[in-house]
Order: sequence, then structure tokens, then C-alpha cells
Amino acid sequence: MLSGGDILIRSLQEEDVDYVFGYPGGAVLHIYDALFRQDKMKHVLVRHEQAATHMADGYARSTGRPGVVLVTSGPGATNAVTGIATAYMDSIPMVVISGQVQSHLIGTDSFQETDMVGISRPIVKHSFLVKKAEDIPMTIKKAFYIATTGRPGPVVVDIPKDITNPTDLVEYSYPAEVAIRSYSPASKGHSGQIKKAISMLLSAERPMIYAGGGVIQGNGSELLATLSRKLGFPVTNTLMGLGAFPATDPQFLGMLGMHGTYEANMAMHHCDLILAIGARFDDRVTNTVSKFCPHAKIIHIDIDPATISKNVEVDVPIVGPVVNVLSEMNELLDVSWVDRSSDQEKLLAEWWSQIEGWRKQDCLKVERDDGDTDIKPQEAVQAVYRVTNGTSYVTTDVGQHQMFAALYYPFDEPRKWINSGGLGTMGFGLPAAMGVQMAFPDEVVTCITGEGSIQMNIQELSTCSQYGLPVKIINLNNRSLGMVKQWQDMQYEGRHSHSYMDSLPDFVALVESYGHVGFKIDRLDELEDVLAEVYSEKLKDKLVFVDIQTDPEVHVYPMHVAPNGAMRDMWLKKGVRT
Amino acid sequence: MRRIISVLLENEAGALSRVVGLFAQRSYNIESLTVAPTDDATLSRLTLTTRASDKQVEQITKQLNKLIEVVKLVDLTDGEHIERELMLIKLKATGAQRAEIKRTADIFRGQIVDVTNATYTIQLTGTTEKLDAFLRSMADATVMEVVRSGVSGLSRGEKILAL
Repeated sequence: MLSGGDILIRSLQEEDVDYVFGYPGGAVLHIYDALFRQDKMKHVLVRHEQAATHMADGYARSTGRPGVVLVTSGPGATNAVTGIATAYMDSIPMVVISGQVQSHLIGTDSFQETDMVGISRPIVKHSFLVKKAEDIPMTIKKAFYIATTGRPGPVVVDIPKDITNPTDLVEYSYPAEVAIRSYSPASKGHSGQIKKAISMLLSAERPMIYAGGGVIQGNGSELLATLSRKLGFPVTNTLMGLGAFPATDPQFLGMLGMHGTYEANMAMHHCDLILAIGARFDDRVTNTVSKFCPHAKIIHIDIDPATISKNVEVDVPIVGPVVNVLSEMNELLDVSWVDRSSDQEKLLAEWWSQIEGWRKQDCLKVERDDGDTDIKPQEAVQAVYRVTNGTSYVTTDVGQHQMFAALYYPFDEPRKWINSGGLGTMGFGLPAAMGVQMAFPDEVVTCITGEGSIQMNIQELSTCSQYGLPVKIINLNNRSLGMVKQWQDMQYEGRHSHSYMDSLPDFVALVESYGHVGFKIDRLDELEDVLAEVYSEKLKDKLVFVDIQTDPEVHVYPMHVAPNGAMRDMWLKKGVRT
Repeated sequence: MRRIISVLLENEAGALSRVVGLFAQRSYNIESLTVAPTDDATLSRLTLTTRASDKQVEQITKQLNKLIEVVKLVDLTDGEHIERELMLIKLKATGAQRAEIKRTADIFRGQIVDVTNATYTIQLTGTTEKLDAFLRSMADATVMEVVRSGVSGLSRGEKILAL
């Protein structure tokens, strides 16, 4: 016989939860007491519930295992909402346990009451309001099952305080299995469709492989590499998909979309076949949908049938887990290779030579006028890449620095690039980096951020002190909300309405007050040396904050021409477009 | 075009709000909605009518299917089907109009289910079109109150929506 609080903790242990990210409060006191009386799981006390969700999110993205959050009712729950929405948009497995007021007080506007199931409804994969202690084990079992299978996503479990009361004891047993009659995610792709796709791939003249975050979430990176190399096709990744295919591979054309590379966007526009894998034809990828890739037939592999033909009509949909579908394709490809159209090799060579022509544009070349000694944000990211040998985990916040990191830090492995792609949540970077560092204490974890974003969850520097998290924070400080300012430059005749950051703190002094190490860099010639020190053995165990003063006039290019542009319509630098 | 989507839903607290919320959040339209438990008490049957293009209705049905508590669904307008709606209508029925309203109600096979000196309450079942036609035929009368159940329906023949 156990109390509901103990049952919850035991159930989480059954799910092999090693970290819970949370913040206590009235409605979860019984649960926190149960947590205190065990030592299998570690609890990480954050400074704001939003950060708890982002930490759990970073943990989930880097490990592939669900992140777990524990918050109290009312403000605890509402503070978690931004992080839940972030995870939902990027399909990240997460279980959020929120305390609720006592059952008899629900609906009476009682202290710290909020309808968490209602508030979170549009941003969760599913949610539960637990009615009695006996239901906790099956609810937790279902929550983890739903969060981690099919298209993953966050699940909220709302638990009224009386359910966890230490004096009410009930029988406990944890279910070995779970079956939900109304939920059965696809387990393999349709073989007929896969055959059709293979014959299209083997007769394509100007093919493109367009792979997104689903390849990473579905652990399909190696299979993607096998497929791509066998076919010899060019590959592009979405913002969420970076690392799904090795970025330093010659077959990789870079990221596509609004801030994609010239070669990736041009190749997409001109291709005759798109193999889309775990990508969702997001508006930041397609530019104007009616002008999207006018010559292309589309094969679309995705675990979520609702993603198919949502934004762009596709020719061959394949619904299934990326691992199963890609394995089947790889096997079939070996057998069907004899059916390859006789001139494909020649046509592919022509296609590659056209692509090499686009590559010569060198669209990521960093511009610098004579006598200009400002640090360009791109150079800062490139320096971090060199110093870390391209092996660091990198989280970012949202804005220009995020795009510079995506474009100038090539990722060769999945799960190393961690950013809020769908929701675009400023304040994500630091707590996400902390979640990664918790999961991988011996790895180098870098948070590339800006002076705007970092201040949205800067209180977590305190959590980093408490748990000794040696995250390296690279603050690209251009004294302005760079992406907002860029749009104002381009579309509002340079009227910088509320896009600059006045009264910035002395970041070095600030981080030192938490016991961390700070550096300020304002000269290009000291960039590399200081970064070498930051990542040196000496500072391995320290959180280091590097405040890099960058050129505030720099824009992110390439950039899609909008509205009404196609994939091939891009600004290449200030005033220069395709 | 008009669609009738019929959904088998787990009969659980909050399930209906997920369906309704989905329509609001993805800006799909709902014209009518009826829901009640089935002979199997663990299931509710929900019928909703919406106006949507083929592309939109494909998205609507896919998104509905993604809801964990949706067990199965069918777009009844894809095939032959039966649809019925119930309407109760209270009218002023005095003088010469009293007989005229009764005659029209008879033509529509409506039943007068409540009577006062000055009013009739008529019950009418049929397709949405038929109920609309009856309302039009009452244009000269004084309609005091109308309540409609929304559409319920199922497929003709042997096709069924069940577990």
C-alpha cells in the first residue's frame, strides 16, 4: 500500500527517469516529499518553470529519451506553457506533471487554481487529469507511451493535491504493458508506395533529398547517409534537420529555406524529384507555396499522416517510421539497381555540375570592407567551430545568432544541434544547454545566444552554479534585437522601433556574481585566443560566459525574397538579389 | 461543400473539448454538432457538419484522427447516407393562421406537440434542407422560438462505423 505521491515517484522510476526538472509549490508538496524520500531520481531545481521545460527539452533532444517536468498548479503550470509549446512544435517527447488544487476545490477559483488541461490543450499531444490515486500508474504508463511513440510530443498529467495525500494508501502495481484502442501509430510504410518511390528515384534526372527533424527524432541518420550515398543525390537539411546528414559531406548543400544557402534553394527550385523525409514543408522552407519547386514530383516519408499534403500536395506519400521505411528502401534499392535508367549517371553528373556552379557563388562568404575591424558574428561562430573541432553540442536562442550558428557551425552528427525551430522561443538556449549538460556531463556544451535572448532566462545562471554545469555561453552582442532590426532595415525603411537593447548589464560582472567566469571580447585579433582559453582544460569545469561585441550592421544572408518569392528568389547581400 | 463527419469518441471527460478546440485552433468551421453516448457506454458518437473543400476535409479528418480519444471516423458525405435533424418550433397560431399552420405542418409530416390558445409547438424531423424549407414556408407566421438538434446520420447499406 502506497500513497499517491509515492506511487507517482515509483511510476516515474519504472519509466527509468533519471532527471526531473521542476519547482515546488503548494499543490505538489506531497509529491516533493515523496521525491525527498528516494534517491534513484535526481531533481533539478530551476529558477523559473519555463526553464524546467526547456531543460527537459534539451535533455530529450540530445538523448532521444523523454524529458520530465514537475511543476505546481496555477502560475507554476502557466509558466511551463511556453516550454510545452516549444516541445510540441518540434515534436519533442516530454512528460509534464502539474499539480492541481484539491479535487473538491476545482472550479471554485481557488488559490493557485488554473485549468491546466484546458490551457495546454492546443499545445500537447495529449493530457490527463488524474481522478484517483489508483489511476496514477496506468496514466503515467500511457503518458510515456504517447509522448515517445508515433510523432513524439509533450503530454501533460495534471494531478490534484488530494490524490497524492500521504495518509491515503492504495494498492500499487505498475502495468507491464499498455494498449490504447484509439491510438496505433504506423509501424511500417506501405510496400507498394515504397516500390513506386524507388522506381521514381532510379529514373530522376535532377533529384534532391530534403531531410528534416523527423530523421533525427526517428534515429534515421545512418540509414539516410546509406541511402544518399548509394544514390549519389544532393542532400539538404531543414533547420531542425541539421546533423541528420553530415554537413561536411560533399553531397550536402547546406540548409534550405528562408535563410538557406544559395545552392540548396536553387537546387530545390530546379529539381525534378524531391525525396522529403521527416520534414513538413514549413512556411519558412517553402517561401510562396504556389511557386514552390515548380518542376518537382514529391515523395514524402513521414510518421504523421496529417503532415502529408498539408502545405504542399505530394505525389507519393509514405506514412511510417523513418527507420523502417529507409531500411526497406535501402534493401529494395540493392535489388532494383538493375532497373536504374541507363542515362541517370550521366544526367546526375550534369545536375551536379549545375549545382557546383551555384556553389561557386560562395553565399556564406563573410563581407568586410577595407579598414573595418568589427567582429562579424559569423566569424565568431566560425572561431567557436574551429576551437571546438566541430564536436560541441550547440544550443541557441532565436534570432540572427541562431541563423549564424545554423549556417556557420556545420554539424556532422545528429542530436548535437539543439534549437527552437518551430515556435522560435527566445530564452530556450541556456536552459536547453543545461539539460544537455546534465545528460552528458563530460561533453562540451555551447549555448550560442544574443544579448536579447539570454536575458529571457538569465536567472538560470544561478541553477548552473548550484549544479556545477560548465556550459559555455557565446553571447553575440550587437546591442540590438538583430533579426527584428534586419527586417526593419529591409521592410520599414530602417525605422528601428524598439529593436535596440539599452541599459545592458555588464555581463562579465553579472556572471561573476554567480561564481562563473566571464570574458568580454571587442577586438577581432583576440577572438581566437580568448575562445581557446574558454574551451581550455583549465576552464573545463567552469561555466564561461563570453560577451562578444559584434558588428550591429550585419544582416543574415541569403534570405528569401518575400512576399511572393519562390525558392530561388533570394537576397544575397544588402541590396543584391537573384 | 457541406460535409457530415461522424466520429466514434472515447466517452471520457474532456474528449469533446478536444474536438471542438481542434476546430477553433485550426480555424475549421462547425455548422452543427451533436454528441451522445452509444449503446456501448464507453463510446460517444459525434456527428458534425462543416463546410470545407476536399483538401480541407482531408486535413480535418487527419487532424481529428490524431486526437488520442478519437477511435474512428467517417465522412458520411463520401457515400450514400441517411441524415436526420430534429426541430421544435413555437409559432403564434391565432385566427385564420391557426388552420393554415396545421395544414402546412401536416404536409411536412410535422406533429403538433404542444398547444395553447395562441401558440402551436411543432416537432419536425428530416434533413436539414427539409427543416429549412418548412421554416421558409412559415415566413408569414410569427415564429417565436426555434431549436434544432443538429444533424445525426449514418451510412446506407451494410457499411458501419463501429469498433
